[in-house]
Amino acid sequence: MNGYGIYVWSAFSFTLLSFTSLYVITKIQFIKEQKKFVTKFGTLSSEKAASAKLQNINKDILSNASKI
Amino acid sequence: MFKYFEPNKIFSITSRAPKYVLLIFVLVISIGLTEALILSPEDYKQSHAVRIMYVHVPSAWICLGIFSAITILSITGYIFKNTHFFLIAKSLAPSGFVFNIIALVTGSIWGKPTWGTWWAWDARITSMLILALFYGMYLLSWRIYENKEQVYKITTIITILGVINLPIIKYSVDWWNTLHQPASINILEKSSIHSSMLFPLLIMTAAFALFSLLIFLMKYNTELIKIKNKGLDRL
Repeated sequence: MNGYGIYVWSAFSFTLLSFTSLYVITKIQFIKEQKKFVTKFGTLSSEKAASAKLQNINKDILSNASKI
Repeated sequence: MFKYFEPNKIFSITSRAPKYVLLIFVLVISIGLTEALILSPEDYKQSHAVRIMYVHVPSAWICLGIFSAITILSITGYIFKNTHFFLIAKSLAPSGFVFNIIALVTGSIWGKPTWGTWWAWDARITSMLILALFYGMYLLSWRIYENKEQVYKITTIITILGVINLPIIKYSVDWWNTLHQPASINILEKSSIHSSMLFPLLIMTAAFALFSLLIFLMKYNTELIKIKNKGLDRL
């Protein structure tokens, strides 16, 4: 690259490294919260669990967590 | 109108969307990188150093766009007392901040071969650094303040103060003598950039926009599950 390779590659590498780091950190946070939700849901009494399951969002979280 | 955007209704979409967005992102970034690093021509003045533009410019555009969106969402959320808007704004901020850092670092790397220095207290660069500080303050506020009303008020104030900086960033190259070159792309007038360079730039911008959408969706889903976790405690 006419002597500019070091600058070009370091700029692209920094960008892709930032992307990867942000993606991994966000994914870890997401899985952590999802696991916390599943654990908490497991401790609920059957009555409370049934009432919580009435909300679609709770059902979606549980079904997504089971795919991990 | 706001009721259609209730988290309970849209979670089924936002929870499934990331994998498709990731797939499209990988496809678009692959095309973008091929164009930016291999197919696009070198510049007659800057030679291959011009390729840094393909990561620097989209990052700068997107971090400015995200900050504008955060400001609009915060103000609207504050006026209409809609906490969901704050949740969307909070989920947008991490990718905006990272794009701001990428713009600063890649700008600095580009500065060395073109200006002969890594850093200059130039109007454009300094105003971009100030924007990163506003992003930092915004993100820190969400971590520091426990009281929701307080954090809504403080983050709205931060975004209102920060948005004043956006026209300064945009017009800094026209208002002051700066090392930074003026805008090469103009929506209203003819752009000074050749189509062989404009095409990869637009592809990379699309890829970066998809990445920010991906991070937004993942962060938004995380925030919703956090709220639901608190809800389970109260059951």
